[in-house]
Amino acid sequence: MKLPEQVTRLGIVIAAIVAVVLLLRLVILPETLFSARPHQAAAVEREMAKPLRHAGVAVCRECHAEQFELKYGGKHRNIGCENCHGPAASHAADENAAKPPLPREREACLACHGYDSSRPNGFPQVDPLEHRPRKKCVSCHDPHDPVPPKVPTECTGCHGRIERTKAMSTHALLPCASCHAVDERHMTEPRLALPTKPDSREVCGRCHVPGATDPAASKVTVDLTAHGGTYVCWECHYAHLPEGRK
Amino acid sequence: MNKREFLKDAILFFPAAATLQALAPAAEGKAEPAKTPADYDATKHWYGMGIDVDKCIGCNRCVEACKAENDVPDEPFFFRTWIERYQIHENGETRVECISTRAALPEQAPPEDPTVVRTFFVPKLCNQCAHPPCVQVCPVGATFQTQDGVVLVDEKRCIGCRYCIQACPYGARYLNPRTKTADKCTFCYHRVTEGLLPACVEVCPTEARIFGDLKGKADRLVRFHRVNQISVLKPDLNTEPKVLYAQLDGEVR
Amino acid sequence: MSGAIPDSLNEQLSHQLSQVVGFIYPNEVETQWAILIVVYPYLTGIVAGAFILASLVKVFNVVEVQPIYRLALLTALSFMLVAGMPLQLHLGHPERAYEIFFTPQPTSAMAMFGFVYLWYLLGILLIEIWFEYRHQLVLMAQQSRGLLRGIYGALSLYSKDVSPEALAFDHKASKLITIVGIPSAFLLHGYVGFIFGSVKANPWWGSVLMPIVFLMSAIVSGIAMVMFLYILLSLVRNEKLDMRCLDKIGLFLLVAIIVDFTLEALDYIHRLYQSEESIGILTQLVSSKLFLSLVVVQLLLGMLLPLLILVLVRSVRFNEELRKLLYFTTSLLILVGIFSMRWNVVIGGQLYSKSLRGLMAYKMEITGIESLLTALALLALPFIILTVLFRLLPPRWMESHAPAAAN
Repeated sequence: MKLPEQVTRLGIVIAAIVAVVLLLRLVILPETLFSARPHQAAAVEREMAKPLRHAGVAVCRECHAEQFELKYGGKHRNIGCENCHGPAASHAADENAAKPPLPREREACLACHGYDSSRPNGFPQVDPLEHRPRKKCVSCHDPHDPVPPKVPTECTGCHGRIERTKAMSTHALLPCASCHAVDERHMTEPRLALPTKPDSREVCGRCHVPGATDPAASKVTVDLTAHGGTYVCWECHYAHLPEGRK
Repeated sequence: MNKREFLKDAILFFPAAATLQALAPAAEGKAEPAKTPADYDATKHWYGMGIDVDKCIGCNRCVEACKAENDVPDEPFFFRTWIERYQIHENGETRVECISTRAALPEQAPPEDPTVVRTFFVPKLCNQCAHPPCVQVCPVGATFQTQDGVVLVDEKRCIGCRYCIQACPYGARYLNPRTKTADKCTFCYHRVTEGLLPACVEVCPTEARIFGDLKGKADRLVRFHRVNQISVLKPDLNTEPKVLYAQLDGEVR
Repeated sequence: MSGAIPDSLNEQLSHQLSQVVGFIYPNEVETQWAILIVVYPYLTGIVAGAFILASLVKVFNVVEVQPIYRLALLTALSFMLVAGMPLQLHLGHPERAYEIFFTPQPTSAMAMFGFVYLWYLLGILLIEIWFEYRHQLVLMAQQSRGLLRGIYGALSLYSKDVSPEALAFDHKASKLITIVGIPSAFLLHGYVGFIFGSVKANPWWGSVLMPIVFLMSAIVSGIAMVMFLYILLSLVRNEKLDMRCLDKIGLFLLVAIIVDFTLEALDYIHRLYQSEESIGILTQLVSSKLFLSLVVVQLLLGMLLPLLILVLVRSVRFNEELRKLLYFTTSLLILVGIFSMRWNVVIGGQLYSKSLRGLMAYKMEITGIESLLTALALLALPFIILTVLFRLLPPRWMESHAPAAAN
C-alpha cells in the first residue's frame, strides 16, 4: 500500500523532533547531565566540607586539661563541654575570636535539674521554687564537680518531694528508716549504695495484720494469707501515700 | 536560571563531574564520594544511632545544638531532631507534646498529675532507614543513600517537589525556607566522617544517644544493640530504621 | 545561610500551628502540597475524561455523541496545555524542572509523569486532532488569505491531498490513535492516582484503589465538563441542542457516576471494616475538618444529588427545557464535587499527623504563587485557550463551508 502524502509529512515532523531530541541527548548535551551518580558524589563532598560548629570534648581538653580532669572525676564526667558553653569550634580555631559563654544563671542548670515528672527516676532534680530560690546554683555547686556543699543529714535533703507527699498521708509519722535500711555510704555515693525496700509482706504486717502489737498498729488490717497472693505490698500500694492510690 | 547561566554552570561543571565519574567505581545505586579525605573509606562504615529512652531527661540541648551545627532555621517549624513528651494516663489515654517547639523553659515545675501512670521523653530524628521511602520517591535522584548508610539531600539538584516529605513516615523532613529544597538530619555527616560525634550526641548530658558504626567490631552501638531489647519506629512500614530505640514504650509512634 | 524566614511564611505557619488539635510531628505544621496540587489532578482528570468521551465516537461508534467529538478533543487539549503548570509553579525550584527529564529516578512514581504527559500530549492528542482537522485545515488554507493562510498552511503541514482515499486514511488513522489513546488516558490519570496511592506513610492516600478511583472520577469530571461546555455554547450561540446527544452523554455520565460511587464506597467500607490503626484519626478527620468538603459537597451535592437527578431524567419524561436545565445543573454540581474530591484527597491527607495523634490546619493564601488567585487563574486559563482554539479551528466550519465533504 502506498503511504498517503499527509503521513509522509507528519512522519518528517516526527522524525525531525526525534532527531533533535536524539542529537541533544547523544551529541550536544554531555553524558554527565544524564546520571545522578556524579552529582551525588559531589553532594557528599559538599556535605563533608561543611564547617564544624561544635569542636568536641577532645579539642577542648587540649587547652583546658585542668577543667577537663576535674569534670572527668565527678558526676558530670560524661557531659560534653559544649553542652553548657555552647558551640565552640570558632573559639577552638582562634581562642580570641569568640569567647564561649560561662552560664551562671539558674536556668542553665535547671534545664536539666529542674523537677519534671517525665524525667527518669533517680535523676537529680530540684523544685526551683523551693530549692534556694534566687540563689545562683554555682554559688554552692561547682558545675565541673557538682556535689552538694555538705553531705545531707536528712533524707529530705534529696527526697523532699517524697517527704512532702508522706507528710500528707496516714504514714506521716513513720520515719523513713522504719521501712528502708539506709547504708552510710548512700549519703556520699547515692547510686552505689541504694537503700533497701521491704522484701516481705511482714514489714507492713507489723501494723496491718489483725491484732498487731506494734504501738502504731493501724485500724486498717488485712489477712496476709488471703490478700494479695505472693506480691509484696508496695507492688500495689504506694506506701508514701497509701490512701492516694487504688 | 536562564539558559545562559545554565550553560555556564554546565560548562564549569562537566570537567569536574567527568573526573569524578572516572574516579567513581561502579557501585549498586549508592553514591561514591570519589575525592574524600584520604583516610576515609565510606564502604567500611554503616552508621546508626542508639537511643536509650530511659536516659533522656528532655533538656532539649540536642535540638539547640543541631540547629546551631546545621544552620536549621530557628523558627519552631523546622527540626532535624526534636523531643516528645509522653504522658500515659490511668484510663489508657496518651497525651503527647513536642517540647522542642516551646519558646522558653517553664518557670515552675509542671504540676504533678496523679492520673499519669507513665511518663517519659523520646528523642526523634531521621531514622536513616536502610530502605528509605524518601529516596524511593525522589523523581530526580537528589536524595540518596551514601555507602555508609546516611540519607542525604543534594541541595543543588533538589527541585523542591516535596514528594520525599510526604513519603517520610516519621515527619523527619521539612522544606528549608532559605534554600527551597528538602532538608533533613545528616547524622552530621561533616562531623562523623572526620571521626567526631554528631552534635546532638556530643552535647547529650546523659548519654541517651549513642552514635556508632554497625560495621564496627568493638563499637558502642554494636554493644548497645547486643545488650538492649531494641525497637524501631513503625516497623510495619518495612523502612528498616537505623535509629535503634531501647526501652521504647509501645505508645510511641 | 542564616537569615530570618519570610514574614508571610512565618505568619502562615504560626497561624497553622495555633490551629493544631492534639499532637503532630513538629515539621508537619507546613502544608507541603497546597491548592496548586489540588488543581493539578483536577485538570488532568478533565483531560482524561474528555478524551475517553471523544473515543466513544471513534472506537465504539456511538453515533449520537458525534456532535461533541471535536468539542471533547479541543477541551482535552486546552486542559492538557494547562495541566502541567500548577506542578511547575509549585516547585521550590521551577528552573530545575528539566532534571526530571534528564535524570529520572526509576523508582519514583513521580519521575515518569513528565514522559507520560509528553507522550499523551504529543503522541496522542495533537496527532489525533491533526488527522481529524486535516481536511478542514487544507480547505481553510485555500479559502483564507494573508497571515491566516500561512498559519493554516503550516498547521496542515502544507498537505493538499483531499482525495476520498486520503480522507479515508485520516479517518482510519484517528481511529487507530484513539485505540492507543484510551489506555494512554487511563495511564495518564491512573498514574496521577498512583502518585498518591503509593505513599505508604500516609494511610489516607496509600490505597490500591486510589488509581482506579482517580480514573473513574476523572471520567466523570471530563464528561461533565464537555456536557457543561456543550450546553453553555448552545446558550451563547443561541443554537439548538442535539437532545439525543445530550441524553446519551447523560447516560454515560450516569454509568460513570455509579461506578465511581461504588468504588469510593468500597474504599470507605473497606477502611471502616478493616479498622486499622489509622481509623480513629481518619474518622475524626472526616467528621471535623473534612465534613463540609467531603460529606456535604463531594458526597451529597457532587455525587448523590447528580445521581438522583440523572436517574429521574431517565425515568420521568421531562420536557426538553427542563432536561437541559437539569443536565446543566448536574454538570456544574459534578464539577464542583470532583474538585472537592481532589481537595479532600490532597489537602485531607495533610490535615492529620502521621503520628495519628492530631489534626493540622491549612490556611490558604490569597495572593502569591501558591494561592487562591493562582489557582483561579489556572482554572480559567483552559477556557481562554479553548476560546482561541474555537476561533482557530471552528468545530462546525465544515458544515457551512464544505457541506459536501462533511462526514
